[in-house]
Amino acid sequence: MADASHAPAGLYWPGSSVLHRLPAAVKLLGLLAGVIAIALIPRWWQLAIAAAGVALLFAAARIPLRVAWSQLRPLRYLIPVVAALQIYLAGWHTAVTVCGTIVLAVALAALVTLTTRVTAMLDALSAVLRPLRRVGVDPDRIALLLATTIRCIPLVAGIVAEVTEARKARGLGFSIRALGAPVVIRSLRAADALGESLAARGADD
Amino acid sequence: MSEIRFESVGHRYGDRIVLQDIDLALTEGKVGVVGANGSGKSTLARTINGLVTPTAGRVTVDGLSPAGHGREVRRKVGFVFTDPDTQIVMPTVAEDVAFSLRRSGLGKAEIARRVSEILCRMGLSDYADHPAHLLSGGQKQLLALAAVLVREPAVVVADEPTTLLDLRNARRIAAILATLPQQVIAVTHDLTLLETFDRVIVLDAGRVVADSAPGEALRQYRALCDDTGDDTRENTYDAAEPAHG
Repeated sequence: MADASHAPAGLYWPGSSVLHRLPAAVKLLGLLAGVIAIALIPRWWQLAIAAAGVALLFAAARIPLRVAWSQLRPLRYLIPVVAALQIYLAGWHTAVTVCGTIVLAVALAALVTLTTRVTAMLDALSAVLRPLRRVGVDPDRIALLLATTIRCIPLVAGIVAEVTEARKARGLGFSIRALGAPVVIRSLRAADALGESLAARGADD
Repeated sequence: MSEIRFESVGHRYGDRIVLQDIDLALTEGKVGVVGANGSGKSTLARTINGLVTPTAGRVTVDGLSPAGHGREVRRKVGFVFTDPDTQIVMPTVAEDVAFSLRRSGLGKAEIARRVSEILCRMGLSDYADHPAHLLSGGQKQLLALAAVLVREPAVVVADEPTTLLDLRNARRIAAILATLPQQVIAVTHDLTLLETFDRVIVLDAGRVVADSAPGEALRQYRALCDDTGDDTRENTYDAAEPAHG
């Protein structure tokens, strides 16, 4: 079973719920409509009702609470900053509405990624972009670009972790340059190797 | 078996010569390539499917040059890299294997069948929906191999496939490679992997210095390492090795 609680956002959570079985394009359109609707909600209590609806969707998809939380956890740095700014500029009422909107929009997006395989997402994207072939756009290439971008998140995170460990092992303190230079160099090498691997697997054929 | 021909092949990175005067015809089922770090063995392997285009001479697979028939050659030749982490493209195990068949023209059901079959063969069935980047090193290399084999290539080129693995996983990968029906070209420091191979080629400073059955070739390779005082150790990995040395 996938351990999404230790994985970055964008990870598929296996399941057979109705949400899992819905076509990716339907879920993406639903996400778009949902986010627009949430953004138009003017009052905090209406947001609370929307939040309950989103929670029900998570329950319907049988997403464990810790997995859902792992998707929202990155917001713990952003939300206090936004809330403070909004309280200062527009009052607590607006702050609650704006922060609630952000959290619900991210939760909905997370729900789509948790219940949709990346391949299904890429197929949907390729289908949507297909008409652009006439003007020279290759939808498969754009889909591949997105896939490799998603892949690079854990790859670069792993490189940062290894470089940090190596620095600690040598008893060195924190330094942006000592961290940044090896991370950039190793990331470029990894990108080179990933490119070779894609070529060897016929991704460009 | 396919015929892989090297005709007066040479390659240089800037002023540094990494391959010179390579003339080989590989038709055996299992061919090993050994040599010290920087001897040119990885570059040699990369020329087979066109990842590296030699600066001199010509490489062909069944008469097809990767330079002119890249797509056909890559369909014939699967490539397993040293570090499986950079070979994984998709988030989950099954999706990564299926990615290899994305442009194959096969239907979804056939792709799913082939993916399921190869994952079963590699002992990864229980990990089909597992995040690929959270697998162990050995499992990642098995996944990389599965992603290559699912395309049913005629030739599998493996560039130090056991170097980053512990003994148990290295033996597992070695056993799989040794029993593949495909032609296997394995570049390795793992000399035990080559004991059952049909032919072993020893490279030194970009040249073929021995080419025979494993017993004789490996004896010559060990003698070469003793003579030159080379610090290469079997089953070690030199991360500082120059690109494609």
